[in-house]
Amino acid sequence: MIPELGSFALMVGLAFAICLSIIPLVGVSTNNLTLVRYAKPLTFGMFLFTIISYLMLTVSFVSDDFSVLYVAQNSNSHLPVQYKFAAVFGGHEGSLLLWVLMLTTWASALALSSRNIDEAFVGRVLAILGMIVVGFMLFTLLTSNPFERLLPNVPLEGRDLNPLLQDIGLIVHPPMLYLGWSGFSVAFAFAIAALLCGRMDAAWARWTRPWTLAAWSFLSIGIVLGSWWAYYELGWGGWWFWDPVENASFMPWIIGTALIHALSVTEQRGAFRNWTVLLAITAFSLSLLGTFLVRSGVINSVHSFASDPSRGMFILLLLGIAVIGSLTLFAFRASALSGTSKFELYSKETFILAGNIALVVATATVLLGTLYPLLVDALNMGKISVGPPYYNAVFNPIVALMVVMMGIAPVIRWKKNKAGTFRSELGLVALASIVFGLAFPLLYGGEFIGWVAVGMGLAFWLIVATLKNAKTNITLPQGGFDIKRPTLSYWGMVVSHMGIAVAVIGATMVSHYETQLDIRMDVNSTVELSGYEFAFEGMKDVEGPNFSAKQGQFRVFEDGKEIAFLRPERRIYRVQTMGMTEAGIDSTMSRDLFVALGDPLDNGAWAVRVYVKPYINLLWLAGALVAFGGFMCIADRRYRAKKTSDETQSAATTDAVAATA
Amino acid sequence: MKRLVLFVPLILFMVLGAFLYKGLFLNPKAMPSALEGQPMPEFKLLTVKQGDRVVTKSDLKGDYYLLNVWATWCGGCKVEHPYLLDIARSGVPIYGVNYKDSLENASQWLQSYKDPYQFSVFDVNGELGLNLGVYGAPETFVVDHKGIIRLRYAGIVDTNAWRVKLKPLIDQIKREIAQEKTS
Repeated sequence: MIPELGSFALMVGLAFAICLSIIPLVGVSTNNLTLVRYAKPLTFGMFLFTIISYLMLTVSFVSDDFSVLYVAQNSNSHLPVQYKFAAVFGGHEGSLLLWVLMLTTWASALALSSRNIDEAFVGRVLAILGMIVVGFMLFTLLTSNPFERLLPNVPLEGRDLNPLLQDIGLIVHPPMLYLGWSGFSVAFAFAIAALLCGRMDAAWARWTRPWTLAAWSFLSIGIVLGSWWAYYELGWGGWWFWDPVENASFMPWIIGTALIHALSVTEQRGAFRNWTVLLAITAFSLSLLGTFLVRSGVINSVHSFASDPSRGMFILLLLGIAVIGSLTLFAFRASALSGTSKFELYSKETFILAGNIALVVATATVLLGTLYPLLVDALNMGKISVGPPYYNAVFNPIVALMVVMMGIAPVIRWKKNKAGTFRSELGLVALASIVFGLAFPLLYGGEFIGWVAVGMGLAFWLIVATLKNAKTNITLPQGGFDIKRPTLSYWGMVVSHMGIAVAVIGATMVSHYETQLDIRMDVNSTVELSGYEFAFEGMKDVEGPNFSAKQGQFRVFEDGKEIAFLRPERRIYRVQTMGMTEAGIDSTMSRDLFVALGDPLDNGAWAVRVYVKPYINLLWLAGALVAFGGFMCIADRRYRAKKTSDETQSAATTDAVAATA
Repeated sequence: MKRLVLFVPLILFMVLGAFLYKGLFLNPKAMPSALEGQPMPEFKLLTVKQGDRVVTKSDLKGDYYLLNVWATWCGGCKVEHPYLLDIARSGVPIYGVNYKDSLENASQWLQSYKDPYQFSVFDVNGELGLNLGVYGAPETFVVDHKGIIRLRYAGIVDTNAWRVKLKPLIDQIKREIAQEKTS
């Protein structure tokens, strides 16, 4: 009964979505405001029934209803209850339902908080979101309904959740990622609505930007959580593998980064309009492409579990309709929107544009690397795979260039900068950064490593340039400081840019100074690595709720003093009889001690992998900073609904407001 | 002219879409070997069990045989091992290539899990593996009476792989041999 209710609720949600994608548009074209006003209630209806559907699936999981095929495939009565909640999106069908849920959540959030946006415009935006929801709901219902029953032969037990996914990181990671991905559809809907009505002014950018920032911030969190999970759960000790699926989440993020910067130019200066719209379309297309890559199995990856051509075909169809439709619209309508705002070569606009181009190039290189095996195969030129060496070679120089520009862009002015300010404000900082970069590897590691010099120099440059600019901004003309003088969105920028600098430091340090040992350890033997002594005291048998494990007992000593007790595990999950490693990790800000078990050898000895990873935790901190900066920008007063503002606020007045701001 | 530029993203996507469509019908896991249809490469290496015995290609005897690349560090090889023992028992000669392994571990393995191989080539530096185009272990090659590699199978040879891939090919090779003898 419960699964049928869920299925039925999803169909009702689909009906709401279909109405939503038609009625407001009819209202707009016939100038019938009553019809346009249906958009919001229809959105709420769509959301309500989607969430009912999702809850029904959750209930099926928690109550171990193995007559539902999807539950039987992804759960087990011994699965701990928190993982039963996570198992709802542990497979293909459920993750699609989560996608739809997130999408409808964004739509209703928009409907709730759009009182200061032009009604006809919101109607259009919601209608476009409705269309996307229709596409995904049809996909769910037609090719991957999670409520399908296994009747009459109901299994007594489920096949259990993939042990890789039984982890706290995996409870939070997918919802964050999907929030980010589906959030870009809001920016997309704004862009399409702008193309439809030919209105793309500063006000438009100001409505779009907080939604884009929100999606981007959630995506940042999602990506970092994914990286963190790969680090401690896969037991390979790495934190980024340039796996196609990681790339699928990373590409929309890079384009999203370009988009939030382009939007700020459109918002403040009215420039880059076509470019901004194109980026919004691209960000959403890459999210769909990511879904396609993950779900169709066209690319080999650790993540691609489901491989079903009919599903791949459906997403490709969705992708085709969405992208071809929007790019055709763009081709015909874009130039009508082109702005006339002028700026000199030496201006903030130029630097943001250059940064944007660097980000687009970075995305293109990742996209090429991800799809290259597929392209070569499709052209019958053989089978190849593209690995980290390619990405490191092309991606690192672009990032280096980006960071240089990130230091300059906040300092120089809009439109036209006075000659010589760059040298007077940043000349000394640049010099100091070069000296610091060159000196760092010699002082820290005792030998010169080129990439370390580049990485640390750039991080130093970005931090000092940003802080110097912040200090200038809080200095009052009459002397003294006021932290509230710059806007909250300025502080958001500072925090996010700091996050990038911290990420550069973390990545540089851990890539070049981590140490590793792959060795055989007998019971009661010790090894020494980077000044830490690891003593193996033997194994213990441990029983978990749905697994049995061998747990290694390792004591770590520094200068003869015990500083950590690590317990890495080799688990065998009973239902899927799948082996899993759980690394033993001791974290402080300056280093991680990481021990993972390999295979058992003779006489109780084990193959053991030991790492000392300096400053790897900076990477997670960086993710938090970047995302937090994004949220700070959203909280800026200028994005909040103004109670006094008229509902049919005209573009001219908002333009004027933006121009004076 | 400017209008045409705006169509560039659309065209780019259409090309991409065509590739993605084609990709749907390709199997990324199928790995062809450049060596299929080529003669078995030459080698001169020691064996695992007899440390002083040098073997070459001419020591690989039989009308047809399987060449199994294995290593003690490879989990899949452990899974595969009982199936190989079964296949060897059914009369199909199997030669092993012990790939990038230590002699001590390898001999221990053959002692404790039984030995399905006629002999195992000790390829510690992976030279033969390189010539065979080995990506990893386990991999199994089917070589026919003319010394031509007929199939390269990457992955665990279990009952299913044996029934669907290897057995039919071996039967076919047997038929070819019979045909050539009568003609």
